[in-house]
Amino acid sequence: MSSATDAITRFSRGPDANGFYGDFGGRFVAETLMPLILELEEAWEWSRTDEAFRRELEGYQRDYIGRATPLYYAQRLTEHLGGAKIYFKREDLNHTGAHKINNCIGQILLARKMGKKRIIAETGAGMHGVATATVAARFGMECVVYMGATDIERQQPNVFRMKLLGAEVIPVESGTGTLKDAMNEALRDWVTNVDSTFYLIGTVAGPHPYPAMVRDFQSVIGRETREQILEKEGRLPDTLMACIGGGSNAMGLFHPMLDDESVRMIGVEAAGHGIETGEHAASLNGGEPGVLHGNRTFLLQSIDGQITDAHSVSAGLDYPGIGPEHAWLHTQKRVEYVSITDYEAIQAFKLCCELEGIIPALESAHSLAHLRKIAPELPEDHLIVLNMSGRGDKDMASVANWLEQHGDTEKLPNTTVEAAEPGRIDDMQPPHDVAKKTGETE
Amino acid sequence: MATRITRRLEALKAEDRAALVTFTMAGDPNYQASLDTLKGLPGAGADIIELGMPFTDPMADGPSIQKAALRALKGQHTQQKTLEMVREFRREDQDTPIVLMGYYNPIYRYGVEAFLKDAGEAGIDGLIVVDLPPEHDGELCLPAARAGIDFIRLATPTTDDKRLPRVLENTSGFIYYVSVAGVTGAAAPTPESVERSITRIRAHTDLPIAVGFGIRSAEQAAAIGRFADAVVVGSALISCIEQADSVEAGTRDVHALVRELSRGVRAARLATA
Repeated sequence: MSSATDAITRFSRGPDANGFYGDFGGRFVAETLMPLILELEEAWEWSRTDEAFRRELEGYQRDYIGRATPLYYAQRLTEHLGGAKIYFKREDLNHTGAHKINNCIGQILLARKMGKKRIIAETGAGMHGVATATVAARFGMECVVYMGATDIERQQPNVFRMKLLGAEVIPVESGTGTLKDAMNEALRDWVTNVDSTFYLIGTVAGPHPYPAMVRDFQSVIGRETREQILEKEGRLPDTLMACIGGGSNAMGLFHPMLDDESVRMIGVEAAGHGIETGEHAASLNGGEPGVLHGNRTFLLQSIDGQITDAHSVSAGLDYPGIGPEHAWLHTQKRVEYVSITDYEAIQAFKLCCELEGIIPALESAHSLAHLRKIAPELPEDHLIVLNMSGRGDKDMASVANWLEQHGDTEKLPNTTVEAAEPGRIDDMQPPHDVAKKTGETE
Repeated sequence: MATRITRRLEALKAEDRAALVTFTMAGDPNYQASLDTLKGLPGAGADIIELGMPFTDPMADGPSIQKAALRALKGQHTQQKTLEMVREFRREDQDTPIVLMGYYNPIYRYGVEAFLKDAGEAGIDGLIVVDLPPEHDGELCLPAARAGIDFIRLATPTTDDKRLPRVLENTSGFIYYVSVAGVTGAAAPTPESVERSITRIRAHTDLPIAVGFGIRSAEQAAAIGRFADAVVVGSALISCIEQADSVEAGTRDVHALVRELSRGVRAARLATA
């Protein structure tokens, strides 16, 4: 790299013509799918510049999804942590309760454009499945959602929602019955029904053009955030934070500001029981480069190149890979990637419920947990925007279950405003040791 | 320099019959049994051997081959052991071509150059790597060609006339026509539609054409063997192992089915002549 400035100006430009971000990305798919992927790439390229498509998309974003989502000043959390000024980008307020629908509405408009009649999708936590079933219902298209059998168990309400919306939910028993297996099964369906079917991938992973296309549709998050913070604060944020499974909500928030050098960005992976235990979903912090699901990226894998199981209390982060653009931003050191354990996420989840009256998705609770670590150390004029990627109603059973198994090991802070200030340092202490202990007792 | 694959296919062409290509998974159900199966394949009538490299996430394979891969991995099978199997096989058989088939990640993790060197020394003649389309020829296809190992590519019903030249460009040994858009073990298409596709591909290449996916019986093998240069059978053989009462019975049943398929392939053109 010739200079830092040159590097920065390039960050938002990927991928190249073959779908690569540096060494990452590509189109590692079976030949059967190649012609369709090339056709999709053409449709996507067209959509990026077509004025009528943009207007149609914006119409649905406004009237159907409910955009723009608010940029909310989290006053009590800010006061409680006693450092940086904290804003939430409220993607949890979107129709269907998460950022996922931003992408679904974009892709289904492309699917219509391409004349496809049948939509397939994979889902982990079920939020992408619900968003896909929703847009499929809206546009009267057949919808099949592949979901790991394990995930079906822990995300029953979302399974029911998908069925209500008219989707067929197919349990995937192969492998570990989680997101990666659901993706394998969706790819098998696609290979088999290549003419009729549009594969609506839910994250910034998969073969090119999916990572770039999903990022484009999610970038509305970052574009709005940029405008909103300028309006509220008269300047850009100092830090952006988002949780990362595949990484679509993070890419959506980060991408429009990648070339703003002053903006620090932090992606938060799921450390599960702790990276040192091997039971985690932190592909960047605990994985190695490899090829899976159509792209080269960081993967959880054995020395022999076999994919290993991810673990996270949050089904939406329970994936052994990560979007290739994140892999590249990681190696370029443009974005910092940290990880948060199940324990830390659950504690932050409770804190957010009690202090802000917002039940966050367990996924978003991971970024909240890291926020809790860094915000107290930062000055009051430091602006943090955290992507509240989804709401946590779907996670009630998981959280209740976790608390039952592990006990309510951290007392909730006294949440009256007067008492919040003195107690805050102590609240920060327990995580690592206790997390390890609870991990071992399983 | 003609490879073992090319020599074998030319010899069979001279005999006016199609080659029988068998697919079994290395390490399924365990190392020794899959080695025993492998060693008996040429005697039972296999002309070319495809050996699967197990992978946790075989996204172009149906349930039979997925399970075979997982059985092998459960028995701690590795890429090293696949190469070791081939080395053991080669001590007794210097002529039967062996093609490794699988997915890119285990090769990528092994290291492409190291893998090609070890594969060449073990006596491997060709590679089929499902998730490496011609757009990624620089990854493995071209290095394999330099190492003297054939890179056999798949053509499918979605590979149209515009795309075929690209698919054929760096392919060597033979071209593998996947007769249905789908995963392995899927239902077979009619021989007539396959024949039309083969005619279409022949207009673009002089390479021998193998046909696979959905071929399970001697009759089907005969029907395809009438016009294809090679007939590939995989899932049906894997099912023998899956359904057998014992490990030994699995090997025996595979060999019995290969003998039957071989009769089908050998009779194909006699019947119509």
